[in-house]
Amino acid sequence: MLWNTLLLALRAIRRNLMRSFLTVLGIVIGVAAVITMVTLGRGATQAVADQIASMGSNLLIVLPGQRFGPGISGAPFFRVADAEAIRSQIGAADAVAAVASRVATTVYQARNWSTVVTGSSDEYFRAGNWQLAAGRSFTEAEERAGKAVCVIGETVRERLFGRQDPVGSEIRVRQFACEVIGLLAAKGQSAMGSDQDDTVVMPLRTVQRRLTGSTDVNRLMIAVREGASIDAVQDQTVRLMRERRNIGANEEDDFRVMDTRQIAETLTGTTRILTLLLGAVAAVSLLVGGIGIMNIMLVSVTERTREIGIRLAIGALEREVLLQFLIEAVVLASLGGIVGIALATAASVFLAGLMQVPYLFDPAINLVSFLFSAAIGVIFGYFPARRAARLDPIEALRHE
Amino acid sequence: MNQTARPAMTEELIRLSGITKTYGRGQAAIQAVRGVDLAIGEGEFVAVMGPSGSGKSTVMNILGCLDTPTSGSYRFQGVQVERLTRDQRALLRRHYLGFVFQGYNLLARTTALENVELPLIYRGEAAAERHAAARAALEQVGLAGWEDHTPGELSGGQQQRVAIARAVVTRPAVLLADEPTGNLDTRTSREIMDLIGSLNRDRGLTVLMVTHEPDMAAYAQRIVRFVDGRVESDLRPPPPAPPPPAGEGGTEAA
Repeated sequence: MLWNTLLLALRAIRRNLMRSFLTVLGIVIGVAAVITMVTLGRGATQAVADQIASMGSNLLIVLPGQRFGPGISGAPFFRVADAEAIRSQIGAADAVAAVASRVATTVYQARNWSTVVTGSSDEYFRAGNWQLAAGRSFTEAEERAGKAVCVIGETVRERLFGRQDPVGSEIRVRQFACEVIGLLAAKGQSAMGSDQDDTVVMPLRTVQRRLTGSTDVNRLMIAVREGASIDAVQDQTVRLMRERRNIGANEEDDFRVMDTRQIAETLTGTTRILTLLLGAVAAVSLLVGGIGIMNIMLVSVTERTREIGIRLAIGALEREVLLQFLIEAVVLASLGGIVGIALATAASVFLAGLMQVPYLFDPAINLVSFLFSAAIGVIFGYFPARRAARLDPIEALRHE
Repeated sequence: MNQTARPAMTEELIRLSGITKTYGRGQAAIQAVRGVDLAIGEGEFVAVMGPSGSGKSTVMNILGCLDTPTSGSYRFQGVQVERLTRDQRALLRRHYLGFVFQGYNLLARTTALENVELPLIYRGEAAAERHAAARAALEQVGLAGWEDHTPGELSGGQQQRVAIARAVVTRPAVLLADEPTGNLDTRTSREIMDLIGSLNRDRGLTVLMVTHEPDMAAYAQRIVRFVDGRVESDLRPPPPAPPPPAGEGGTEAA
């Protein structure tokens, strides 16, 4: 009975190619939309998490002023002495780097590239979770003397040197020559979307003397020792800086201490909400696909009811008719689900590449959207048929 | 009640006693059939006539187990049909009955061969035998070479031939035809009636046919006339000019 019924179901599918195609299409669209959107959303969340990890996860950044953006707030910059004070007074601070930076044009032979030149110390690499791909970092002597040596990021290397090994070469930064002593391992985009590898790092004194022309320090970076409380270090830093900057008890801070962990939580929270939003939009398309299937099935109910009447008159049992319609619905729904998953996988891989986020296969969402659309196909394919199959054959035959 | 039909029967196949059918309930109830007694013997060719609303189609549908009577008893080969379950009635249709309808009722967009095969699939016959039987049936109704055509590509007469092939491919005991020529022109109607008549003569197939047209009823050996949900007359007109060779010495009608 099962074999014969399968034959009948397949014949019915072939006989109504247009209806079958539209049913499958409805499921394909729904399934593919949901899977693609959720997969890309998860990829984006993962990408943000990776970027935050690349920033260093237990890092505090101290900036002058209270507002975000460039410091027009009038708050004074920091001094190298501030960094030293933190280093000596806060025990849980593992590495403290004073940072001054300035945009400058770099030139190597016939190529030039405008980039951010950062002045700091060897501790900057530790605090920022940087690894050296080649060469070495600054020595203490070089830092003290303000020597013209630099460590360059991957993007700068690519722009100035192409495939050449940069270590040992000399580049020109604005008006002075500078020896490349090291190359940083690539980190990729930051959580804010900027290219972290587009950087040149020099001793702080070199930048102050040759580029900024002042002893200002734009920001302080503090790496908190493993296992120590980040909140405690943050509190201590605030207290210390208030004292050093002579802020009265009733006055507000004219600087702020940012915690990368907080940034991380905010950003992953945001992308997670975006993923949910995308998922909701996709769920609507799944629903619309479902309504499409429902429409097709209901429109064909008259024809199908008569067909059921014919089958019953010929001697088909009610359960044979029902099984045929069930198989038909399951075959179409599965076909739609499989094609939808294949399409979603192709689209996700392609779009993930385009958006530069990792492709993460999520079995749960694949299964859920497949089952949902299959359920719609089966419910709307099967239940009208069941009603028809329970009629007296003559009523089904006369159905208008 | 006219009793003259009885002596002609070889063996009783169908007996209806006190069959009624009421549609609707209470005040709005319509009594389509008001107590029908009818006996049909094996090998008979019976035409059922009567004005519309006389209950003839309802009785046909009850005979075909497509509809259930409100009261009364229906025996098919001695089996009490009203006691059968839905599935048992379906099996009775599958093994003993063949249907031909006024509107053909073929599956759309399905080839003639697959339409004829359909009842054999439900009977669980193997593919090879199924194909052979369906081809033979199509050939018998004069449609050899039309196996791969769908109803949309066939004329009304050809579609009705496919329907007849589908009805007889299972070698049923009874062919129930509800106005089989109702949608056809006279010439095609005659061809269809010749076909049905030959099935009755050559195969001994019992035929029950509802018709409006006296010309078509003339092919039958017995004419049952319905009026107002009751049998008004049950006649056996003399057989037409060249009588079939195997005579049973049929009794003349009153």
